Amino acid sequence: MSRNDPFARNIDWLTLALYIGCVLMGWFNVYAAVYSPEAKTSIFDLSTNAGKQLMWIGTSIILIICVLVIDHRFYDQFAYIFYGFMIFMLLLVMVAGSNINGSRSWFKFGSFSLQPAEFAKLATSLALARYLDVPGVNLTKQKDQLYVAGIIGLPAILILLSNETGSTLVFAAFIIMLYREGLPAIYPLSGITLATLFVLALIFPLTYIFIGIAVLAVAVIFILPRYNRNLRSILGIGLISLAMMGVVAGVDFFVNDVLQTHQQNRIKVLVNPNIDPLGVGWNVTQAKIAIGSGRFEGKGFLEGTQTKFDFVPEQSTDFIFCTIGEEHGFVGSTIVVLLFVGLLSRLVILAEKQRSRFARVYGYCVAGVFFFHFMVNIGMTIGLMPVIGIPLPFFSYGGSSLWSFTLFLFIFLKLDSRRTSMLSRN
Amino acid sequence: MFENRRYIVIGAFCLVGLIYIARLFYIQVLDDSYSLGSSKNSVKRVIEIPYRGQVYDRNGKLIVYNTPVYDLYVTPKQMKVPDTLAFCRMMNITRQEFDSLINQATTYSPFKPSLFLRQLSKEDFARIQDALVDYRGFEPRMSSMRTYPAHTLANALGYVSEITKKQLDEQATFYYRQGDYIGHNGLEEQYEEELRGKRGVRFVMQNVRGVVKGSYKNGEFDTVAVAGQNLYTGIDLDVQQYADSLMANKVGSVIAIEPATGEILVSVSAPTYDPNMLSSRFFSKNYGKLLKNPYKPLVNRPVMASYRPGSTFKLIQALVAQQQGSLFPNTAYSHAGSPMRCHCHGVRNLSGAVQYSCNPYFYHVFRKMLYFNGDPNTFKASAIGLQQWYDAVKLFGIGQKLGIDLPTEYGGKLPSVEFYDKVYKGQYRWKFSNIYSLSIGEGELLISPLKLANVAAIIANRGYYIPPHYAKGVGKVGSGIDATYYEKRQVNIDPKYFGPVIEGMRGAVVHGTVTPLANIADVELCGKTGTSQNAKMGHKYDHSIFVGFAPINNPKIAIAVFVENAGWGGKAAASVAALVVERYLKRKTEALKLDESVKAQNYMLNVGVIGAKPAQKKKLDSLRKDTTRKAVVKKPLMTNTAPAKPASRTAAAGVNGN
Repeated sequence: MSRNDPFARNIDWLTLALYIGCVLMGWFNVYAAVYSPEAKTSIFDLSTNAGKQLMWIGTSIILIICVLVIDHRFYDQFAYIFYGFMIFMLLLVMVAGSNINGSRSWFKFGSFSLQPAEFAKLATSLALARYLDVPGVNLTKQKDQLYVAGIIGLPAILILLSNETGSTLVFAAFIIMLYREGLPAIYPLSGITLATLFVLALIFPLTYIFIGIAVLAVAVIFILPRYNRNLRSILGIGLISLAMMGVVAGVDFFVNDVLQTHQQNRIKVLVNPNIDPLGVGWNVTQAKIAIGSGRFEGKGFLEGTQTKFDFVPEQSTDFIFCTIGEEHGFVGSTIVVLLFVGLLSRLVILAEKQRSRFARVYGYCVAGVFFFHFMVNIGMTIGLMPVIGIPLPFFSYGGSSLWSFTLFLFIFLKLDSRRTSMLSRN
Repeated sequence: MFENRRYIVIGAFCLVGLIYIARLFYIQVLDDSYSLGSSKNSVKRVIEIPYRGQVYDRNGKLIVYNTPVYDLYVTPKQMKVPDTLAFCRMMNITRQEFDSLINQATTYSPFKPSLFLRQLSKEDFARIQDALVDYRGFEPRMSSMRTYPAHTLANALGYVSEITKKQLDEQATFYYRQGDYIGHNGLEEQYEEELRGKRGVRFVMQNVRGVVKGSYKNGEFDTVAVAGQNLYTGIDLDVQQYADSLMANKVGSVIAIEPATGEILVSVSAPTYDPNMLSSRFFSKNYGKLLKNPYKPLVNRPVMASYRPGSTFKLIQALVAQQQGSLFPNTAYSHAGSPMRCHCHGVRNLSGAVQYSCNPYFYHVFRKMLYFNGDPNTFKASAIGLQQWYDAVKLFGIGQKLGIDLPTEYGGKLPSVEFYDKVYKGQYRWKFSNIYSLSIGEGELLISPLKLANVAAIIANRGYYIPPHYAKGVGKVGSGIDATYYEKRQVNIDPKYFGPVIEGMRGAVVHGTVTPLANIADVELCGKTGTSQNAKMGHKYDHSIFVGFAPINNPKIAIAVFVENAGWGGKAAASVAALVVERYLKRKTEALKLDESVKAQNYMLNVGVIGAKPAQKKKLDSLRKDTTRKAVVKKPLMTNTAPAKPASRTAAAGVNGN
């Protein structure tokens, strides 16, 4: 693809470069994760994850070409059809999928398998963009909020039913796009507040939190401007505080009685990583040891001991960041974090430049989903997030995830590439 | 309308990025506990224990070597035993043992391998190896086991077993860890540092299941194990084994020294045990059995037993008196004036007195010695005389430690002036008439067989000895042993005084106190019999003692033989000594008749005619005890302990074979 190529001419080269950087680093680290000093396998060995990842990268290039060749209107026009097809696939996989690790969410074709849930984010994003593209749709209106909730909720519930909690949670990432598109700030705020209360409820005794909330409520009332300090606002604050206390009290019940044991454990380990380091806390402890032992400069490429010797589970997929942390140290880890922050910011900036709301909404969906993956995946390896099995985009080994993230990103780049031509034509 | 929210979104991205970078900085740069956790995780210290040095005899024959064996380890968490009973049958253990072993291992750690069974022989391992595939969680590791192909010398060698708690706590250099092997008693303990070598430490990387994945940093921190050095002893294995066979069914010692070098040629402690018993995995069972055995097979009698030397002490008396000038070769004493009885007749000169072991003669010799200083006060004269006597006798090593290369050696007893002052509660309260039993080696004298053999070496050398020792060399012959083992120690007796004594010793064998059969042709044995009083102490029989050397000129071997409860010294002890000397000098046994009669003698039956309890009490009361027997039994519990016997060898093989 040269710059004179009509399809490539308007590609955002910075994003493409960031993409290539991520994919290549990911590939090398997958190799490092599966490399064994005794066997000294080649990075091209197709029997290892590294060789397979190369194959996935190769096929991704074909996908990219396809995405760029197809007319941009295709994504717009076929958004609901994609969505409908995806819902069908999600239903199908529950019936016909293979059972891997207790979740029936994979289609198996011979030796390789596909996970429709990975592509559900993409279809949902397109559907959301399509819906919000309709003039007059306003996210402050309850009707539209309900529709949007429906579009997001349907696949999310189907994925939850196939026991893929991690992939379900990813759908929360659309809140970023919705916030940008005018959803009242109260929604993300209350979401964050809920999450904070959730964590607090796990760490501190209930009474402390109750006292804290009460003190906070009184303080807020006093800070309120005099003209606002009427019975109504005081009552409102009181009600909110009571609701918060209710949430805190509910969390205890929720964690101990609603969640499944392994989910409970993941949350407990997040709060106290030192409980049972050989059992429940194993993943987190070992992941932190691997990353922490990298020190400033890292142990060097292929020199890691923790990740290679299987101390860290899933080291080429969900815990790929441990390999980076161990072998490339603080320097390497920071570069990866900055790479992601750069890519995400670039996506937001590009999205803002879009003329069509469809493209902008879609761009924000991409940024939001990538952000969620980035935050949760790296967060869990450094002990800031509970262990949720979702991949690190472009880094983690796996065909489904690499393909879906690549499609996800390049559909946006395709839409973006039309921006300038639209300008020149219209 | 909501364009500005983009800044909040980008701000949120950057905030999360910053928080993560800060967190990474904390766990990667500031906090080094993770780094330590990593090396603890994946780098394992592997201790490499080198092969212990082997032990050779003077002719290069192997006495001790190492057999590769397998220790079986179990990891309880990984263990899968589908059929416990079949497994137990295969391992030759009971269900209870299996349960307790697994229990122990689980208590130690369910995830780490712990020792399940020790020292499976190669044959056993081959047998179970295939079947082991069906039982997951069991892992064999190479190890080694001390093996004694000659089945002899157990008491001098000591044994190798797990380090005791006490040794572990008291070690000076923190070399040993729990479960390490260490030499106990005997040469294994004495030359522990040389034999054990130096263990190496290898750092290897392991994966989460403990599977080794290669060396850490290319072995930068590894230390190489240094193999143990071989120990070359002066033991003559063939003669040793022969002496063992002669001492079967007897209690006592045979110890022979090469006079010119002080090297110990033969060191028999009877009854003994097969040293292989204490190297197998049945150590504790066998050790307990040996410990309870009333004949105390674990005691190394040549150095740890003390006896009154009896008539053999007359040799020293004769030499010391001549050097003092109170006795001449032609001095003659009659039986008159002596309170002692004698089995000989008539008046004799010195060599005759030695030949026939005349008690009254040596009564007079000792009397003359004590009063030789001429002090009119007999009490004072006795004290001065005894001091002179004490100083002279001390040089023979009596009442001293000779400094043999064994961890335990008893000094024995040589009564001094102070000793009698204490016994009689004051100076000059005793005189010759109180202590005359010393003149014939009775009384308060106690010596070990080794010391007596050394006396024989002194006489054979005509005036000096080299401290007796087992080692000829560590690493190679002639190196690595203590300088004292090359030192000639003079006894300050003029060589000319040895002539009449040696003449008497030769006479004793040719036509004297020694049984005629023991005078074997072409051996030229010179010797002196002794009968250590024991019968008077409440036992039925005396101890039979013989000390001697051969040939008469340029002697090659000095020997002392003790046979407990065998009565008169001229028969049992002298016969054993004559046969051992013949075997050493001729490399074969021609005195078959004597050989046969000695092997047929069983003096074990003589041991212990009185009840165990009173005997022990009496022993404690008595100064004149022998320390070898701690308990006395009515009938022999162990009739065959000689390792050279085929029967016991089969038994030993049976023990090892399991």
